[in-house]
Amino acid sequence: MSSNSSLDRALVSSLSSAALERASALGASEASVRVEEIHAQYVTLRDGVLETTVDDTTIGMGVRVVNNGSVGFAATVDLSSRAASHITQQAVDSASRVASARSGAFELVSEPGHGEVNWTSPFRIDPTSVPLAEKLELLSDWSRRLLNAPGVSHVSARVLAVTEYKHYVDSSGTTAAQKRVRIHPALDLVAIGDDGDFETMRTIAPPVGRGWEYLLGDGWDWEDELARLPELLVQKLKSPSVEPGRYDLVIDPTNLWLTIHESIGHATELDRALGYEAAYAGTSFATPDQLGTLKYGSSIMQVTGDRTAEHGLASIGIDDEGVEAQSFDLIRDGVLVGYQLDRSTAAVAGYNRSNGCAYGDSPLHLPIQRMANVSLAPGASDGPSTQDLICGVERGLFIEGDKSWSIDMQRYNFQFTGQRFFRIENGVITGQVRDAAYQATTTDFWGSMEAVGGESTYLLCGAFNCGKAQPSQVASVSHGCPSALVRNVSILNARAEAGQ
Amino acid sequence: MASVATLAPAHEVAEAALAASRSAQCVVIVEEISEAEVRFAVNSVTTNGVRRDRRVSVIAIVERAGVLSSGVATRSGSPDIVELVLAAEANAASAPAASDAAQLIRGMSDADFSLLAPETDLSILDGVLGSLSGAFDRARSSEITLAGFAQHSLATTYLATSSGVRRRFVQPTGSLAMMGRGADGRRSSWVGVGTEDFVGVEMETFESELRRRLEWARTSIDLPAGRYEVLMPPSTVSDMITRLYGTATGQDAEDGKTIFSKKGGGTRIGEQLSTTAFDLFSDPLESTLRCAPFVSTSSSSSEISVFDNGVGLERTSWIKAGVLERLMYHRAGAARSNAAFAAPVDNLILSAPGATASTDEMIASTKRGLLLTSLWYIREVDPATLLLTGLTRDGVYLIEDGQVTGSVNNFRFNESPLELLARASEVGKTERTYGRDTGAYYNRTAMPTLRVEQFNMSSVSPAN
Repeated sequence: MSSNSSLDRALVSSLSSAALERASALGASEASVRVEEIHAQYVTLRDGVLETTVDDTTIGMGVRVVNNGSVGFAATVDLSSRAASHITQQAVDSASRVASARSGAFELVSEPGHGEVNWTSPFRIDPTSVPLAEKLELLSDWSRRLLNAPGVSHVSARVLAVTEYKHYVDSSGTTAAQKRVRIHPALDLVAIGDDGDFETMRTIAPPVGRGWEYLLGDGWDWEDELARLPELLVQKLKSPSVEPGRYDLVIDPTNLWLTIHESIGHATELDRALGYEAAYAGTSFATPDQLGTLKYGSSIMQVTGDRTAEHGLASIGIDDEGVEAQSFDLIRDGVLVGYQLDRSTAAVAGYNRSNGCAYGDSPLHLPIQRMANVSLAPGASDGPSTQDLICGVERGLFIEGDKSWSIDMQRYNFQFTGQRFFRIENGVITGQVRDAAYQATTTDFWGSMEAVGGESTYLLCGAFNCGKAQPSQVASVSHGCPSALVRNVSILNARAEAGQ
Repeated sequence: MASVATLAPAHEVAEAALAASRSAQCVVIVEEISEAEVRFAVNSVTTNGVRRDRRVSVIAIVERAGVLSSGVATRSGSPDIVELVLAAEANAASAPAASDAAQLIRGMSDADFSLLAPETDLSILDGVLGSLSGAFDRARSSEITLAGFAQHSLATTYLATSSGVRRRFVQPTGSLAMMGRGADGRRSSWVGVGTEDFVGVEMETFESELRRRLEWARTSIDLPAGRYEVLMPPSTVSDMITRLYGTATGQDAEDGKTIFSKKGGGTRIGEQLSTTAFDLFSDPLESTLRCAPFVSTSSSSSEISVFDNGVGLERTSWIKAGVLERLMYHRAGAARSNAAFAAPVDNLILSAPGATASTDEMIASTKRGLLLTSLWYIREVDPATLLLTGLTRDGVYLIEDGQVTGSVNNFRFNESPLELLARASEVGKTERTYGRDTGAYYNRTAMPTLRVEQFNMSSVSPAN
């Protein structure tokens, strides 16, 4: 396994020059070229035995043009100047072919040229340069330890590692060369009871914008998590099924991040709010006419979009439309105050500048508006610990780790489960319950957030697999948040929902 | 279809990789993919794209002391073949004994193996594009907003092995989906179709069905959460049953962690799952749903193996007359478990004997129930019961005395697809369909309309 890029400066320069010169000759008013190389490696072990390996490199280029008020995109894996010129012609032809079915001109808000930009995400060990044998050795060791623990029936171990080399050149004078890495290790445990019933539990270590050092202990205490996991699983299997009803919830960042992602992150994407995702990903209840007035949640709720967060999965230097990475407010004191923008949706809504949320998941896909690292701010440095929040609950549940998720197309009604639900009685954790899911409406839920934990509870979590658009694109994104106390939330019993 | 042959022919790349191989055995897969698409929203075309992709995978199989190991490497475009083969061989050298090891099959050559891959482009969508301006005009005059997506791809697989296999298969895949929303925000509906080539896909037919449903929604009816009799047309049945298909892995069932696990160990193969004599099967030769008739995979998993590349795929009954007949096993897993080999096939058909009723006929025979035309955001909640949660979207209608009398608010549901089969009280005729939630991944399905009692609408969603 190796991770050196085959995209040298001279090759990128010749390809982008061929495309931009062709676009200019064809009369395109705007043109941008992305030449990218993406290394993706995936290893899975089943009960300590190697099951799957993937060692995949995608290399290609895509050209977007704006011509006579219409946009066109074409891409290829053929890295020749002839191909660069050809796909530029295809993009211009495509723009012309669909122009008669356009209503209004496709426009981009302006962005100054940024000259030459070089940016690299922070990491110590490129995860795609680590030999397969080393990955297998570590995952095998972890699997063996867990399989040897009492009560553990099966263990699946996996790690997905990605290194992206992104080159961006546009007709405004920006030439960016960027490299970023990310990694997502996870282990799933299964315990089977004497009656054949079973329970599962996954590690709650989040995916991060770090290198292989993450598995060696930088940013996560693996030894502690692996040591605790078997007993937690055995306890879960023996736990009573939850009594449905309304509970106060203390939610750990390892679970809350996903609720933020679904009910805030996607709801504050301007393309959705304007109706451009109506056919597939959906729209948003947080429509632009409510900007500045929509009471999204309680007054302690402060949410930002940020493409600069250290180790953030959506962090970058320059986005895929040549816009500088930024940090911006989405919700201030519980009120909707901003959206995530790309240059075209910003133009539609009358903004002066994009806040840098364009991303294409591959050189073969058109950049679209994708999610920044959308994060909920913690309380003060001396704010409450998670234990402090638990102490304030008479009858409730403490939730760790994400699991199942679902939300409607306007981001109102959601349902989530978790890896662990602990019962809280009179401020004390008294054991786990099984089969729990929480269900709420977005504004009700965030309006019931009574307290957030202090800085000590803050954690950057996230996902590798956020899907959006047609054709479907996948993006990685982080969400930082503290623990939070949310009052009076509906809890379902999943087995009862299944009629059992 | 336009062709710009700037890359070396795929079959030559495959042969070059085999020639460069130094391992005991080798498999090469070259996938040539071309795609074209158009998106529209707010009564306007928004984005479009054309692309050409090529992925070259080399699977090196090494033998050490009679034990086989495999290593895989995949590169796009026009890779350095020697580097690619060396990368696969290095991965194989690092890998322990393969738990899915089996002998590569021998022979089997397709006469068209050396033909170039056909390419698609935007011209195949000319019919759709030509109709869109008129459709947008009609929508605006009716205060309706249209949004949708049309796409077409041609994926040609070249499979070559050191044991003499030379297979080639061209997979055409297309779809058109469109939703309309009334200006009042209360009315919306969705229609979608899967197709190989857009022949017979008429935008006018789409518009007509969309308008019929929007007319149904002139009356809005609020209903509470609860259990309802529902009619699930083929597209929503597809969204649920493909989830069942995705769970039908033999090894996972044996490990005791799926709905197909037998309490006390083993699988539920042979167990009666429904009183209705459902047949759930896949068949590469099924007309209009044709798909690759041989295994082609660049990575192993619990149900498919790189060692099985080239093995023929035939009609596979997953459920027969309501009885679970097969779960997915690769050859090595099947041998270990004394089960039948059954690899995933890229189509899925659900039917019941003698079922001929159309959806409209089933509506006409409904005293009171809900018609669910579109489901969304379906996710697993509980693997033991395969409880799925999801939402209705763009089309829940109330049926009273055989007539659709209005649209109903959206719901969050919690249901298991196996329970739907078990509780189905009527089955309609099977027809090709396209699921709103899963159609992008399972394009080739044919399903019937199902009447299901006591469908669990867990809560009301305010989304509309």
